[in-house]
Amino acid sequence: MRWLKPAVFALSLLPLVWLGWQAAFGSLGVNPVETLNRTLGDWALRFLLLALAVTPVRQWTHWAPLARLRRMMGLFAFFYVCLHLASYVGVDLFFDWAALWKDVVKRTYITLGMGCFVLLLPLALTSTDGMIRRLGGRAWRKLHKLVFPAAILGVAHFWLMVKADIREPVVYALVLAVLLGWRMRTFVRAPQRA
Amino acid sequence: MLIRPCPDLRENDVTDHALYVDRRRFLAGAAAVGTVLGAGRGLRAATSDDTPTPFEAVTTYNNYYEFGTAKEDPAVTAPGRLKTAPWSVAVDGECAKPGTIGLEDLIKPHKVEDRIYRLRCVEGWSMVIPWRGVQLSEVLKRFEPTSKAKYVEFTTLADREQMPGLRVPVLDWPYVEGLRLDEAVNPLTLLATGLYGKDLLPQNGAPLRLVVPWKYGFKSIKSIVRIRFTESQPLNSWQKYNRREYGFYSNVNPDVDHPRWSQANERRIGEFRRRPTLMFNGYGDQVAAMYAGMDLKANF
Repeated sequence: MRWLKPAVFALSLLPLVWLGWQAAFGSLGVNPVETLNRTLGDWALRFLLLALAVTPVRQWTHWAPLARLRRMMGLFAFFYVCLHLASYVGVDLFFDWAALWKDVVKRTYITLGMGCFVLLLPLALTSTDGMIRRLGGRAWRKLHKLVFPAAILGVAHFWLMVKADIREPVVYALVLAVLLGWRMRTFVRAPQRA
Repeated sequence: MLIRPCPDLRENDVTDHALYVDRRRFLAGAAAVGTVLGAGRGLRAATSDDTPTPFEAVTTYNNYYEFGTAKEDPAVTAPGRLKTAPWSVAVDGECAKPGTIGLEDLIKPHKVEDRIYRLRCVEGWSMVIPWRGVQLSEVLKRFEPTSKAKYVEFTTLADREQMPGLRVPVLDWPYVEGLRLDEAVNPLTLLATGLYGKDLLPQNGAPLRLVVPWKYGFKSIKSIVRIRFTESQPLNSWQKYNRREYGFYSNVNPDVDHPRWSQANERRIGEFRRRPTLMFNGYGDQVAAMYAGMDLKANF
């Protein structure tokens, strides 16, 4: 299984490569700034859900090597969140910090998106083996439970951004509900086993 | 009395032919410059203030939910599906001469004009479009609205056979819009049949649409099949969908934000940096008087 991590790593970079290609050749469409920003946001959310899917899928398929992908998926989620945020601040708002602050305070969906970023930040910073050791497994696991509210904020951010056709965010919400529901199930069962 | 309109954009403001023919490269360049280098300034300098948006962009970036909710959907699904001929419009309500009239008979008696207007979408982007059409006031006059006619209501075609988007109950179909009578007969208000000197394409609301340049784009209803004079204020589709977010007037106003996003500025399609949004989309001289004394924050 030595190929697994490098292969998934390369695959995970594809959306970015594809975006870069489209940007370079001017095929981001009529509103390239919007396309760039939305596509990065889409992938941030997808990787966040993928990260949350690793454990349930591993338990379901009993395929242990999947566990090694969890950190990578989480970090790719954070990577795309950062790019999404950078494109919003740098490309869309063109570093208009006053406008950014107003958006964060006034616009619920931006507040939620920013909240998602803030929750993910400590998780990314403590993702190294060294940090896990320093924090200790228990504290580390407790801290990384923040990924659940972060994912909820991420989906809510998308949902509230949409003008009228909520079919797409509903799909993300359903996937998230299944992933959280799976954990609730094991959480509810656990005491009975004990 | 015939008040001549004085749109502030004229025929000679239309894109230089060389630039128009070269629009693919222009768009490609715009996208590349904008997204790769982040160097918007150069692009800004290359376009004059109100250069018409390339034909390609005007006809591929559309909000026409009857043909799908993604911007690219209408250009893909509407052509070949929307049957624009024969086309007739039912005119009824508070008028002396109601009736159903064929498109050609509706337009023929009037002077067809080319007018370049800014279009500001409620979503925060804008275009400049050279429309072709007739002044709505001239058309409405023929049906002799009575003294009870205070508003004009417009309805879009709603045919499941032609419009795949109707299967999704995003809005309550058919799409309905309305204007106060004085807004409808304002010399700026255009009943458009074409753009860039050609007949309207299906994705742009063929064969007949409204253009109300000082209001958000959704007021400029597409593919009109019914015009009704009413005494009470029509309930337009977006207001019906969410009256907290969309009002009846929907005048472009940088000081009144959409509850979820700012309306202070806009992205002009083809430009990289946002530009400030103008009160009444820059048509205040022609329309502000109609709203004198009105609280535009309450009547958004």
